Amino acid sequence: MTTKKSHKRLTLILGCGVLFMFGFCYMLIPLYELVCKKEGINGKGASSAAVIQSGMTVDHSRVIKVDFSTSLHANLKFKFIPLERHITIHPGETKLIYFYAENQTGHEITAQAVPSITPSDAAKYLKKTQCFCFTQQYFFKKEKADMPVYFFIDPSVPKEIKEITLSYTLFDASAFPKKQARVTQGRIDL
Amino acid sequence: MSEAIHHAHHSGAHDDHHHGPEKGFKRWLFTTNHKDIGTLYLVFSLIMLFVAGFMALLIRIELFEPGKVLLSPETFNQMTTMHGLIMVFGVIMPALAGFANWLIPMMIGAPDMALPRLNNWSFWLLPFAFSMLLSTLFMSGPSPDFGWTFYAPLSTTYGPQSTDFFIFSIHMMGASSILASLNIVVTIFNMRAPGMHFMKMPLFVWAWLSTGFLLLAVMPVLAGCVTMMLMDRHFHTSFFNAAGGGDPVLFQHVFWFFGHPEVYILILPGFGIISEVIPAFSRKKLFGYAAMVYATAGIAIVGFVVWMHHMFTTGAPYFAQLYFMYATMLVAVPTGIKVFNWLATIFKGSITFETPMLFALGFLVMFTIGGLSGVMLSLVPADYQYRGSYFVVAHFHYVLVTGSLFTIFAGVYYWLPKWTGRMYSETLGQFHFWLSVIGMNLTFFPMHFLGLAGMPRRIPDYAIQFTDFNQIATIGAFIFAIGQLFFLYVVIQACRHKGKRVVEDKVWEGAHGLEWTLPTPVPYHTFETAPVVH
Repeated sequence: MTTKKSHKRLTLILGCGVLFMFGFCYMLIPLYELVCKKEGINGKGASSAAVIQSGMTVDHSRVIKVDFSTSLHANLKFKFIPLERHITIHPGETKLIYFYAENQTGHEITAQAVPSITPSDAAKYLKKTQCFCFTQQYFFKKEKADMPVYFFIDPSVPKEIKEITLSYTLFDASAFPKKQARVTQGRIDL
Repeated sequence: MSEAIHHAHHSGAHDDHHHGPEKGFKRWLFTTNHKDIGTLYLVFSLIMLFVAGFMALLIRIELFEPGKVLLSPETFNQMTTMHGLIMVFGVIMPALAGFANWLIPMMIGAPDMALPRLNNWSFWLLPFAFSMLLSTLFMSGPSPDFGWTFYAPLSTTYGPQSTDFFIFSIHMMGASSILASLNIVVTIFNMRAPGMHFMKMPLFVWAWLSTGFLLLAVMPVLAGCVTMMLMDRHFHTSFFNAAGGGDPVLFQHVFWFFGHPEVYILILPGFGIISEVIPAFSRKKLFGYAAMVYATAGIAIVGFVVWMHHMFTTGAPYFAQLYFMYATMLVAVPTGIKVFNWLATIFKGSITFETPMLFALGFLVMFTIGGLSGVMLSLVPADYQYRGSYFVVAHFHYVLVTGSLFTIFAGVYYWLPKWTGRMYSETLGQFHFWLSVIGMNLTFFPMHFLGLAGMPRRIPDYAIQFTDFNQIATIGAFIFAIGQLFFLYVVIQACRHKGKRVVEDKVWEGAHGLEWTLPTPVPYHTFETAPVVH
């Protein structure tokens, strides 16, 4: 029968399709990262360093209020607060602010801060040149530190955006592989 | 597509290599006969309907009054999870696969499915998958308790130990569905009788062809999704864990990339059944056959690009919300085409109201209610209010109970006399229908208002002002459950060859299609010589 052969062929083709879709499922992850980074959504753009474009000028005609908020993941025993609750900033102006963190867990720990920016349409305009969230942060037992964020707001930010919230959640990342040696760049140990 | 059928010799007249089924349980264990496997699927699904229905009753008892009635909050969560998983993967999908096995070869004039042994395997994976899932109820720890959508980190970081059993049972169900749909697609492509062109195929076959492709495309994504969960739980990856650089929102994207086509998998074959039943009892050709085919394919395709409407409140950016809102509303167009075509089929037909037709008409009215609340949910500004409330529960039960489940009932009443050679009791069928309709609406219609008034879903307790409507819903659920006992009785009677004998090939005078050219009850082997379709 000729049909037997074509069953095999079609089954094989469809089977390859199934395998492709299984692979596609994993491809969704880099795709997601890529789209988020490109569009600056979901805090993905905010967890890697931006470059200040040459010729960026400060737009003194506008001010934007930036709120800072922090939270701790699960029951992480940490004190983690912004030193200033909010600031006002001109688009194009670079600011340095500090977040205070204190390890109260009673042992050394690797922490990872994950940023989030609201409203989501403002996310891609808030850019950081340096941030403690770019790397894992190591804390000795009872260690306290002020951790820096250098950021600016892109002057192309739409007019209707008047207030932006930058929030961080601090996670215990001890269970995950250490990504780099201890970095304390910009950190003020207290 | 009323095709004159040239059917040289009714099978069974002089059979040289005809043999009946084996005796005893071996018949069912080793069978490669599409009718046996179809029966297995349908019986399995019926058992699971009562298992998951029992869980639904427990949920409704708990919600009869505020405060604790019967279940602890932990048990309540496990019941909602299991109820959802079993109804989706253990009832609707196997029942529709059962119809596919029984009917597709008979409808396209093929002797059997293309890959009969694979067919056996794809069924027999299911009982094992569900034994594994249900076994978690008897373990010392909690069984899965994170809802049927198993969002990370609820199912990864905080999932109970039994989550691993859940993951592997999903793998097995997924494998079963992939193999079954592979078989169905190959059968439809390769086994059509001479003259059975694509645009002559019954709509049920078309619906299953679209569904088959959907399953092949998204079941591997579900498998990948639960595999990622497994790796996050045990192998120190962090696909969905923000602490390690992952993202829990990513889980929702991956899940709903599977999950949205999945809801069309649950309804498209049902549309196919309705497209067979309504013309038969209106004694008219289906109105707009080609439009129906394109609408089916259209729904299947659009289903891939609307998944984010399940995630409007996750902080999705403005443009994504806009796009997914419009794309979702677009689904209403092909669905509307179908609904209007069914209405046009009924229009000026000489209609009779036998049980299959009653279920089909019930479907037509109440599925549309579910469809309209779906359009309401697709509107981003309104969605922020409805999200996570009982409004959503009302919506998806209208499309799944009066949608998928009613189409399955319609199909069973329509083809059971053909399969078994026994006519069901029309009185009992009507009882089943009316109890189902009344029970269903009492249960789920008040939920719309509960949701709009702010009652959150997935919570075992509620504020005191919601009591009345919840009590109505609970009473409705029990009425619905009693109705299903009539169905059970009807099916058992037919399978035990009790009841009025049917001898005509065409059990229903208005029925069309190749399956009605076969003798009643349908012999074990059919279309060993392919019929010629003109």
